[in-house]
Amino acid sequence: MIRVTLAAASMLAATSALSAGDSLIVKIGYLGRVERMETISLLEQPTSDNGVAGAQLAIEDNNTTGKFLNQSFSLEAARLKGSDDPVAAAIQLADRGVSLILLDLPADMLLKIADVGRARGLLLFNVGAADDQLRQEDCRPDVIHVAPSRSMLADGLAQYLVWKRWRRWLLVVGSHDPDKLYADALRRAAGRFGAKIVQERVFQDTGGARRTDSGLVQTQSQIPPFTQSAPDYEVLIAADESQVFASYLPYRTHDPRPVAGSAGLVPTSWHASLDQWGAIQLQDRFRRLFSRRMTALDMQAWTAIRMIGEAAARVNSADSKNVFDYMKGPDFAVAAFKGRKLTVRDWDLQLRQPILLTDGRVIVSVSPQEGFLHQFSELDTLGIDRPETKCRLK
Amino acid sequence: MVGPASAFTAYVSNEKDNTLSVIDTSEWQVVKTIKVGQRPRGIAYTKDQKFVLVAVGDDDTIQMIDTRTNIDIARRAQVGDVQVGVEPEGMGISPDGKILVNTSETTNMAHFVDTATRKVVASVLVDARPRFATFKEDGSELWVSSEVGGTVSIIDPAKRKVKQKIAFKIAGMRPEPIQPVGINITRDGKTGFVALGPSNHVAVVDGMTHQVTKYLLVGQRVWHMAFTPDEKYLLTTNGVSNDVSIIDVPALKVINTIQVGQQPWGITMSDR
Repeated sequence: MIRVTLAAASMLAATSALSAGDSLIVKIGYLGRVERMETISLLEQPTSDNGVAGAQLAIEDNNTTGKFLNQSFSLEAARLKGSDDPVAAAIQLADRGVSLILLDLPADMLLKIADVGRARGLLLFNVGAADDQLRQEDCRPDVIHVAPSRSMLADGLAQYLVWKRWRRWLLVVGSHDPDKLYADALRRAAGRFGAKIVQERVFQDTGGARRTDSGLVQTQSQIPPFTQSAPDYEVLIAADESQVFASYLPYRTHDPRPVAGSAGLVPTSWHASLDQWGAIQLQDRFRRLFSRRMTALDMQAWTAIRMIGEAAARVNSADSKNVFDYMKGPDFAVAAFKGRKLTVRDWDLQLRQPILLTDGRVIVSVSPQEGFLHQFSELDTLGIDRPETKCRLK
Repeated sequence: MVGPASAFTAYVSNEKDNTLSVIDTSEWQVVKTIKVGQRPRGIAYTKDQKFVLVAVGDDDTIQMIDTRTNIDIARRAQVGDVQVGVEPEGMGISPDGKILVNTSETTNMAHFVDTATRKVVASVLVDARPRFATFKEDGSELWVSSEVGGTVSIIDPAKRKVKQKIAFKIAGMRPEPIQPVGINITRDGKTGFVALGPSNHVAVVDGMTHQVTKYLLVGQRVWHMAFTPDEKYLLTTNGVSNDVSIIDVPALKVINTIQVGQQPWGITMSDR
């Protein structure tokens, strides 16, 4: 490992400062599952390179910068199938000298890897799991969360609906655990920002084939009675991460009402329709390389790798620990096409970020909304704030 | 009360409208609106004042407007390229014309390009998302704005190193909207003006000490500016309020506002 002592003065990098020929190589790993998730909408079906593509673009962007700093970045991506053991894959990466690893894995897998990774100096980036628990009781000093948590997404949505004065919500929750976790976050957001959940209903998943010929005819007749006879409400909030029912709700509810949450107005870290703040440049670069639209997971992976690139440029080092420590420090910030710098919360290592609200075609709004104040950063009105945290790092 | 100025001409690029607004500085009025290509942004007079060049980004072209007739007369072809960082934007040419500094937004660098060889001879890391680079008239300093980083880096062009950074603080305002973009320095190098984006202010900076001496409230999302040739006035483009503010430079006061097209982006001023 090449170690470069930091000069106190500033992070300078004229090409003459580095001796010719010793290119510092930063190896980055990516572990994600290739699992076919059946989405209600064909348009939302993820491709097999979902996430990895974002990572690959960021490696290219880092290498363009790296040319001027004598640094180069490489990606080792492992797409895991059902029977593959993610922990074994992580250990393999560690054995090959890769210590900075992006994980797009369920929370329990991520924690197993963090546990075995400790002794091997693994430094992890959660780019896929939204569990608040990972930022709370299960937080770890060697895991930075780049993906937004459920509470951040719910808060982003709630702020907009409250700003809009659509405060009376009918909450429909799916019957699976992730749906219930999303509902928890939405309930918390309602209480936090002054919305009222007038009633809750459960949409039971009774199984069966997801896609059938002529299924449309049935949903048209089933959804209206399911949403009938509710107390007076303004927005139907659907908590359906399992993709069982939410996309069937818009325009079929008994009363003419907008839908939000898992369908209709959806909170997300990124959407292919974002063209503000120079984002169109990133969208175009991505499309040229991968001939498809950039997803939130792609952007979360892109951001994690750009964070590594940015930190490596500032500390002028390829040493993983130096880079990771710098990211957790007070000087670190990354630009990610959302109009302001993103920084890492020191209490739970969550990347602060604006939340986009999209109808699937355009960006309707971006939270935090005007008027939601905070003594330190308005981005901290989204998610778990310092005084509320249950995280004890170490 | 607006004092009379000589009749200079400013061209403002209106990013959304696909037009240029032509301002007569003796009347402080838009005297003509010219239709151009898709998404006009970067704009500059040629030195001989015969043409205004405007980058029409969505057409991937540079248009040449004949300043006598205000007609688009040509689209220039590319003659070569220089590999720089990711998302090049700002372009500042040294007073002797030998070095062109280009800033790349996502690579966060200011690249020094030798204009004779068209090679990058140095790259200086600055704070996040640099947008603009300009030299002092005497060539002694290069100022580079970092929009997301929130700072202006003062670079020694000979050593090619950052020697100082200017940070900005506006009373009662959060730091996030303070996003420096355009920079205009008086010819004597004594005063610099920095457009601070969605904070809606222009910072007045002492050119020697690099301390901020004042903040001027202009329109919304101020990005680029241009002096009248006598440096009596500085015009600013306010992209979200669709107007141009006029700053009385000696008095350091904003004295007027002119409505232009939608989402004004750049501005260039005749030298006579």
